Amino acid sequence: MPTHTQIHTLNSFNRRATLGLIAGALGVAVRPGAAWALDAERAKVLVDKVVADINAVISSGRSEAQMFRDFERIFAKYADVPTIARYALGVDARRASARQLSEFTEVFARYMAVKYGKRFREFIGGRIEVDRARKVKSFYEVRTTAHLRGEAPFAVTFLVSDRSGADKFFNMFIEGINMLLTERSEIGAMLDARGGDIDRMIADLRKVG
Amino acid sequence: MAAVVGLAACTAPDPSVTRGEIFDPYEESNRKTHEFNRALDKALVRPAGNAYGGVIPQGMQENVGNFAENLSAPGMITNNVLQGDARGGAINLFRFLINSTFGFGGIIDAATEFGVNVEYTDFGETLHVWGAREGAYIELPILGPSTERDALGKAVDLFTNPLTYVLSGSDRRYSRAAGVAKRLGERNRYGDTVDSVLHESADSYAQARLIYLQSRRFDLGGDMDALYADPYAKSADAGAENAYEDPYADPYADPYAE
Repeated sequence: MPTHTQIHTLNSFNRRATLGLIAGALGVAVRPGAAWALDAERAKVLVDKVVADINAVISSGRSEAQMFRDFERIFAKYADVPTIARYALGVDARRASARQLSEFTEVFARYMAVKYGKRFREFIGGRIEVDRARKVKSFYEVRTTAHLRGEAPFAVTFLVSDRSGADKFFNMFIEGINMLLTERSEIGAMLDARGGDIDRMIADLRKVG
Repeated sequence: MAAVVGLAACTAPDPSVTRGEIFDPYEESNRKTHEFNRALDKALVRPAGNAYGGVIPQGMQENVGNFAENLSAPGMITNNVLQGDARGGAINLFRFLINSTFGFGGIIDAATEFGVNVEYTDFGETLHVWGAREGAYIELPILGPSTERDALGKAVDLFTNPLTYVLSGSDRRYSRAAGVAKRLGERNRYGDTVDSVLHESADSYAQARLIYLQSRRFDLGGDMDALYADPYAKSADAGAENAYEDPYADPYADPYAE
């Protein structure tokens, strides 16, 4: 004979599971519809999650190598990495083979996690606050403010889109400095220095990450 | 003053060059200066910054930085006035008064503790407010990335701080020393970021140029709305072709616009 408590637990589990199934089914059915399109609130929710995850990592006190892995995971989860990588390659994305594109995307994600992860180290003891979101063209701009110790607050802006099939951010501006543009310039310079050889650039980028 | 504005507008960019792009006709000589600055940083500034950061306790570094910044406040107020920026001027004046008194002569940034943050400005911004164009990109020896307008602004700013006319010779030297110490502290504090641009980038000249121009335009523009409105419309008209052909054309380019 189960006790009263056990029955209660069992019941709530069943209820939760059922609700979950319904929600899941609804999600699958409704997602392509217009009612589920990205809006300012959802863009803000995404950036709230990104910021919460970044804040958790920078206050975790984990080792640098672990933090870089954490940032890579955050980047993969919340950013539209294939679109960002393709943009960073610029015109060269057109002559890249499918294998080169996918290899570059993978290496680029690691490179970004390490490069920007090092910057986030400066955020230790600080926090990022999400301010507001608004629609711009076909996507959403979410403004945040970074508060660092002994530093005037500064603006960090995320651009969010659902064009990849899920809500993801595809660009970030730190005090007006455009991440996509800065990385396109850097990757372009790496290609130039290697006579446009995409494979060599990928191999060397792998070393940087 | 009219002559100054005239000078500031010296190199008129090609009419096809818009505000979102880079105008760098002196690239060849700029790159030479950049190599000099890079070598100088590696040989002198970075080691000095590390030594300063390693020897001087963090708290004292902040005091020195605050002291130097407080002494620069009257110069910023002069520029606020020249720009007709009453709000910025009032904020910087308030900060100067609070920090000079409650902040023990500026060593403590009491105003920031109260939530009143500095409103940075300089004569380069004054020229911008007066309508001078940005001009060509210039990398200055020792001082680093700039534009024709900002370089002229820096020169004029040697004279815009009323304190320089009031302080005695030895006080001026302290003030200058505090300014240099502040720079070294910053070189140390942001060491990783500076290193990644200056010493780890595939083309540190292009990175420094791009980062400086974006950051400076952002500061002068204030909010990004003005920047958003125009380039988005342009990219919609031009389509994806242009976004790929000219990496500098559109700072807010839509990578999905294919």
